[in-house]
Amino acid sequence: MNIIIAGAGKIGIALLDRLIKEQHNITVIDLNEDTVNAINNSYDVISIKGNSTSFETLSSVNMDKVDVFIATTNLDEVNLLSCFMAQTLGAKHTVARVRDEEHNINNFEVLRNKLGISMIINPELYTAKYLYNLIKLPSAMKVETFSSRSFEMVELLIKEDSPIINVPLFELRKKFPYNFLICTVLRNGEVVIPDGYFVLEPGDKIGLLSPFSEMLKILKALGFEQKAIKDVLIVGASKIAVYLSQLLQNDKQSVTIIEKDEKRAKEVSGMLYGSADVIFGNGTGQDLLLEHDVKGVDAFLTLTGKDEENILTSVYAKKHNAGKIITKVNKEELAKIAESLGLDCVFAPKNVVANIIVSYVRALQGSVESKIETLYSIMNGKAEALEFAINDNFKESNVPIKDLKIAKDMIIGGIIRNNKCIIPHGNDVILANDKIIVITKGQKINDLSDFIDLK
Amino acid sequence: MNYKMIFNTLGKVLKIESMLLVLPIIASLCYQEWNICLFIGLSAIISLILGFLLTLTIKPKTTTIYAKEGFITVAFSWIAVSIISALPFTLSGEIPSFIDALFETVSGFTTTGATILTHPENLSRGLLFLRSFNHFIGGMGILVFVMAIIPQSNDKTIHVLRAEMPGPVVDKIVPRSKNTAKILYIIYIGMTALLTILLLCGGMNLFDSITHAFATAGTGGFSNYSTSIANESAYIQWVIAIFMFLYGVNFNIYFLILIGKFKNAIKSKELLTYFLITIVSIIIIALNIYPLFNNLHDTIRHSAFQVSSIISTTGFTTQNINEWNSFAKFTLLILMFIGGCASSTAGGLKVFRVSILFKRISYELKRLIHPNTVEVMTFDGKKIDEQTVNGVTSYFALYIAFILLATLLLSVDGLSIETNITSAISCFNNIGPAFGSSATDYTCYSGFSKIILTFAMLFGRLEIYPLLLALSPYTWLKK
Repeated sequence: MNIIIAGAGKIGIALLDRLIKEQHNITVIDLNEDTVNAINNSYDVISIKGNSTSFETLSSVNMDKVDVFIATTNLDEVNLLSCFMAQTLGAKHTVARVRDEEHNINNFEVLRNKLGISMIINPELYTAKYLYNLIKLPSAMKVETFSSRSFEMVELLIKEDSPIINVPLFELRKKFPYNFLICTVLRNGEVVIPDGYFVLEPGDKIGLLSPFSEMLKILKALGFEQKAIKDVLIVGASKIAVYLSQLLQNDKQSVTIIEKDEKRAKEVSGMLYGSADVIFGNGTGQDLLLEHDVKGVDAFLTLTGKDEENILTSVYAKKHNAGKIITKVNKEELAKIAESLGLDCVFAPKNVVANIIVSYVRALQGSVESKIETLYSIMNGKAEALEFAINDNFKESNVPIKDLKIAKDMIIGGIIRNNKCIIPHGNDVILANDKIIVITKGQKINDLSDFIDLK
Repeated sequence: MNYKMIFNTLGKVLKIESMLLVLPIIASLCYQEWNICLFIGLSAIISLILGFLLTLTIKPKTTTIYAKEGFITVAFSWIAVSIISALPFTLSGEIPSFIDALFETVSGFTTTGATILTHPENLSRGLLFLRSFNHFIGGMGILVFVMAIIPQSNDKTIHVLRAEMPGPVVDKIVPRSKNTAKILYIIYIGMTALLTILLLCGGMNLFDSITHAFATAGTGGFSNYSTSIANESAYIQWVIAIFMFLYGVNFNIYFLILIGKFKNAIKSKELLTYFLITIVSIIIIALNIYPLFNNLHDTIRHSAFQVSSIISTTGFTTQNINEWNSFAKFTLLILMFIGGCASSTAGGLKVFRVSILFKRISYELKRLIHPNTVEVMTFDGKKIDEQTVNGVTSYFALYIAFILLATLLLSVDGLSIETNITSAISCFNNIGPAFGSSATDYTCYSGFSKIILTFAMLFGRLEIYPLLLALSPYTWLKK
């Protein structure tokens, strides 16, 4: 597909990285000449220096051949305007990043209808929701939710004393008669899709899929410590922190935010009436952290704009606190270092957003038989979990899964039928109007025919 | 340095080269030249085996390459492919000396068209075809071809494309390099097919039509006859003259025309400059050579043919230009330096570089008058960044230095200064004929000088840097 990315910031580059691997024809527009040159040197794309709202820049690309126009500059107004112009000039789909706190969901609908923009996404809001899910399951390193909170996929680290090690998976299933599936294992940097005879070892990172409603129960049964979270301490009053606090407040949890910029601290405090405390002070200061009970809180998040500060503060907190430590790290290289320092919950907002946009782009390529609903890059980007909606045109319904020709390194992890979640066995069938969750290692799939041989 | 990726790509190039040799094999079969067919086949098999050896034994851990790997891949590929393609000439005994055969092949691939054969008529059909076919492949570039057809696994191939495509900046016409390479080749093949048909219509036989179309397309200049195009009809001379000019045009312009942006295409400053230089030169030379013909049509035809042939760096001739007066000859010599447009199949400095050099000079003059003046260089309404401008000026210095060095080394043979200097210029700019003793062929030079000229052609075609990097110890010693 022909894709234009306007604005090569963090999200723009993360998207470019993901989309280029999927063999799309990409054109990048950015104002900064150095950025444009750097992109031309390292990616197989055309990159143009120019203002994405100017008629001249936009008409220098063949806009009526463009399938998706994605505006990810750092200005909401520029994104909205350039999407509007691109759409007027003939782009088929447009995606705008809008992140001002004042634009809420209701505004989005108005903007979408009036400006004809196909998708408006607020990265900070999405990231906050992602963090919210993560906090709900303290033992998970990563939590991804499928449509209408049906299934959840969590990434967990297997510890030395775990009850599920040294047993083949098929016996594990007998021992713990719950609705769950261990669908991926990351060991020594390699992803495996395990079969029944696979034996887990300490140090493995597993991807576990189970219905949302049973997840807590299952994790407890499998020996992952679960303690309900009551106190949350956040360093850095970023937009994400504000959205997250609002979500947590709805659950009556106590939130404390430390912010070193006085003006911002006051501003945020005005937005968060209620139980959230906003503290003006330097979050890297150890005294300040101790004063606000870094030792006792259930979850500690570092959300400042500086990766290095986030990592150092988290490492300090990790020493004193056994609770959940979540660290925001944008730079890929630093994320690896952070993980080697023992921080197991490291995330980058840009990847959260890239997941959403990439799944949107893939869904556009889908066929008549199925459509991608959600897509997550899991296991450090080495595997993917996708949710497909099966249409009426599906020809292989009523064929048991064991008789379907499913491609190598892929499994069907779950079926959602009339809001019921099924972990399928060999004799289960896929019906029209089901939604299925597919886990794949490495390969890129757009469509049902990419993993089932449909004859 | 990612050595493995360099050699892996080299293996792929050799495999493709063996496939490409199938065409000359077919040509020699058509003329029942069994032994030629055998020797070309043998070279193809050697190439295939080497290719498989390289691709099967060397498995790169990572496919990431940077500019330097791109340069070195291109340099190695060109040398390897030239050696493979030179084999049939020596094996068959038609060009017994390997140095001569290599000279002839490199001259083919670099689209120079300089020959060591006084009578190409004596060569067998299969080898004549191979010679011209090398022009065709070398014109657009062998790695560009490889890129267009092999499935692509990484996104850094732009470095290879950039190293092989002539011109200071490479503008991709579509986002992906593979598709850009494909489109370029489609335009290139389409134009060549059209030219072949036009030549056939002029009464040229099929073999000559195809080989001359190849030689014109690559802006090469090998003819099957020692008289070049002199004995052909006026129609054929005009057709070839026009097409030589067309192949010297930036191929991006044809793409713009293809997608219906005709207005943007003809607005190109580079095209306009190229066109004006050609017209002015035709007039100047016509005025000078009018006394030789005393006939307006002949004068204009010969003048237009020669100007088009030299500025596009093809090197076909319809006249013994050695007999023209100095003014006309020197005008041609200047055209040798200028060459065609960037991203065309032509050689030379390129109109784009020459324009930038002149703009630079006018800015420097302005700075002398207003020392604090600030100016940004633009071309075609686009800003040219300082790095590109500096790149052009240093390329020019290097270019002059290489021509002088080549001339100095050629002087060992004791031929006239005119012969040496024009031979160096002609080979370096990939034109072919020079003035003096080497006006039609290069038999006057010794083996040593032929090696010098072979390198000059390669340096000129690849625009110095790839080969310079590949030969520089700094590249290999530095960890």
